[in-house]
Amino acid sequence: MPKVTVDGQELEVPDGATVLQACELAGKEIPRFCYHERLSIAGNCRMCLVEVKPGPPKPQASCALPATDGQEIRTDTEMVKTAREGVMEFLLINHPLDCPICDQGGECDLQDQSMTYGRGATRYHENKRAVTEKYMGPLIKTVMTRCIHCTRCVRFSEEIAGVDEIGALYRGEDMQITTYLEQAVEHELSANVIDLCPVGALTSRPYAFEARPWELKKTLSIDVSDAVGSNIRLDSKGREVMRALPRINDDVNEEWISDKARYQVDGLMRRRLDKPYIRKGGKLQAATWDEAFKAIAKVKPGKKIAAIAGDMLDCETMFAAKALLKACGSTLVEGRQTGMDYDTSNLAAVNFNSTFAGIENADAILIVGSHVRWEAPLVNVRIRKAVKRGAKVFVVGPWWDTTYPAEFLGEDLGVLNKLPKALSDALKNAENPAVIVGGAGLKGAHGKALALAEKYGAAFNVLHFSAARMGGLMLGFAQPGGMEDIVNAKPKVVLSLGADEMDFEPFADALKVYIGHHGDKGAHAADVILPAASYAEKDGTYVNTEGRVQFAEKAVFAPGDAREDWTILRALADALKVEVGFDSFAELQAAMIEEVPALGEEGLADYGALPKADARSKAEGTISAYPIKDFYLTNPIARASEVMQRCSAELLHGEDLAEAAE
Amino acid sequence: MADRSPAPDTPELRERWGGFEFTEAYRAKADKAIARYPEGRQRSAVMPLLDLAQRQVGEETNTQGWLPLPVIEYVADYLDMPVIRVLEVATFYFMYNMKPVGKYHVQVCGTTPCMLRGSDGLIEACKKRGMSKGQVSDDNLWTLTEVECMGNCATAPMVQINDDNYEDLTPERLDAILDALAAGEQPKTGTQEPGRHTSEPANALSSLQEMVDANHDYRSEW
Repeated sequence: MPKVTVDGQELEVPDGATVLQACELAGKEIPRFCYHERLSIAGNCRMCLVEVKPGPPKPQASCALPATDGQEIRTDTEMVKTAREGVMEFLLINHPLDCPICDQGGECDLQDQSMTYGRGATRYHENKRAVTEKYMGPLIKTVMTRCIHCTRCVRFSEEIAGVDEIGALYRGEDMQITTYLEQAVEHELSANVIDLCPVGALTSRPYAFEARPWELKKTLSIDVSDAVGSNIRLDSKGREVMRALPRINDDVNEEWISDKARYQVDGLMRRRLDKPYIRKGGKLQAATWDEAFKAIAKVKPGKKIAAIAGDMLDCETMFAAKALLKACGSTLVEGRQTGMDYDTSNLAAVNFNSTFAGIENADAILIVGSHVRWEAPLVNVRIRKAVKRGAKVFVVGPWWDTTYPAEFLGEDLGVLNKLPKALSDALKNAENPAVIVGGAGLKGAHGKALALAEKYGAAFNVLHFSAARMGGLMLGFAQPGGMEDIVNAKPKVVLSLGADEMDFEPFADALKVYIGHHGDKGAHAADVILPAASYAEKDGTYVNTEGRVQFAEKAVFAPGDAREDWTILRALADALKVEVGFDSFAELQAAMIEEVPALGEEGLADYGALPKADARSKAEGTISAYPIKDFYLTNPIARASEVMQRCSAELLHGEDLAEAAE
Repeated sequence: MADRSPAPDTPELRERWGGFEFTEAYRAKADKAIARYPEGRQRSAVMPLLDLAQRQVGEETNTQGWLPLPVIEYVADYLDMPVIRVLEVATFYFMYNMKPVGKYHVQVCGTTPCMLRGSDGLIEACKKRGMSKGQVSDDNLWTLTEVECMGNCATAPMVQINDDNYEDLTPERLDAILDALAAGEQPKTGTQEPGRHTSEPANALSSLQEMVDANHDYRSEW
């Protein structure tokens, strides 16, 4: 632990810390552009200059200088001030003064730092450099004249995303950031470079010229596009969510979010259900709330009522639905829309027990039936980190581009019954082995994977991809036989709570009530549609796949006649003449927490120990395909989003077209 | 600075170079270059491989050689590395030609010492022969480029033509060299000053005279 002095203040810094980190520990602000905590050190912007003794009598780039014992660091001398002013003057030589028309304006590192550390005037009279725009796909808008060559985007795509797509061509003043032949960047985290870009060179294409940061209302929320539960901030103007940005949470999403989480928000304004509908003569017709409730009450379901939870539901809605059904005398609740029927008697056996931060330390990882890159892009980032630290990865299932070296063991789950030597050796010799079972592997290999985890002392993880899954399971949204049990119970009324992926066919005789926010598959099949709120339009508790309970806040109001889900279910209780026991959101939440106390505490829920595995269980079947067919169109919001549709067409399907044309 | 952008990616370019592969001889050299680096670090050989590829292209086109995009892709594939990383290297270093060049790539140094010793005259001499900067001459023989310092200031002015340096030039001497090259002969490389061998002092020793016979410590005289 070296001891250093920063501006006369003595402090001890951790081994391996840089001078910049030492200054931060001492509470000094060091301006920087290229340095980023989560990326490798480049040391090319020179903004972080400080004076260090002993050393050459000139300012030093603190980000790339290791802190050593006895260093005397000054951040407040005249030399440092002039050095920073000089660097800033050089940076601004070629930077256009187009802040008024730049989308980064108001949240621009260069703008802020030039105010604080700049000279205020330039002595440069030559012409500025101009750089042609570079196409980087449907999400990233480029204004490359603004680029200051920090190379954060290059380092992000190489180190974090694991896809070498962005590079710096040419040299010196002529350096240009681009992709090979200006192809679109294709990985699922690509838009994070927009946040990383310290200037307005890479900005958000869908959000271009939409709003200024200071006119946006910022709401802390949780992403529902996958089961990672990324912490996001929804920026809204009026009734519209303008954009979603990541919040820093090292346990969950670090400071990244997937492109889907970021850009599906424009879907919140499209294809919305904003008034109730009733199907009359085969056609959906607009109705009033009263008429809709009457239509449901007319069926007199009694006990014959079922509720299917969708993938993006908050716990409160699910609890309200469960309470309504309980008051009716029914327990027909299910959340696994697609008919999965894995054993949920012990929630630890369906949870991501390693935790996301913990999987980074695994040294042998067996992935069974999970396209991690699509099902949870941010978990793939963690696994990539583990691989960089030396972990070996084995995958059972069809091939996908892992972004790190991985051994694919074929599509036949039977391989788990007699492990190949490489895999068994790796698991045996590993100190922190881990098994990850995805949606495609749960059916045929859940038991076997548990047994393997027990045998090798590996952490057992299930990777879900529905934001509502763990919360639903905690609330008991699972029948022993899955959806089949619901079908066999022949309900008279089926409440589809934003469940768009379920099969409505078996419920032909029942009254299908869709309570959701988008006119998607569920609404097409429904007999009665009750317009509800999306995740941005209601408070709610979400549990991610590692069992982390998180709370999201309401950013905007639902459009038109749409109401928050719980109020619809509360009103439906009146229509059905039953008592649910809550009249406000607070009462509902209190009742929910009373039933499942873990939902009242933010943080990891405790599911207890893993069940004793059945050593004789066998893995059966083959995985012919993963459940997610199109990363950009997995939920009704994304399907309604123009940006996601364009991504899907251009990045996933355009590729095929282009190849066919060649 | 010269335009370093790659030649446009056209169907003709793809057709001409899409099937590029190292010949037996070049493959052997490439593999030798790769073998210099430890296992898993074969990317380090990207610079020698690009050079070899450029030379092979040169042999095929009877020029100094250049790097069409499909060839860059071939090198990336050969080293199993992302093509953008190879393109970064290729566009960074000036010895890789990103556009077609003539048989002789005449690189005239125009930096201060050479300029003071008459590089303007050399460029003039080249232009008189029909060369213009950045262009391939009509007979496909010459490409003229003005470059920055090549480190031959003691024998300035100098010109680099393909792999050889020609130093202590005058317009007449350069003309003679270019004539010889055009005739398919190999002129004497290095200094063109009669009686001079390499970059030793052209006349009598003017500095460090005490050093001629034995090492001498000048520090006390500073």
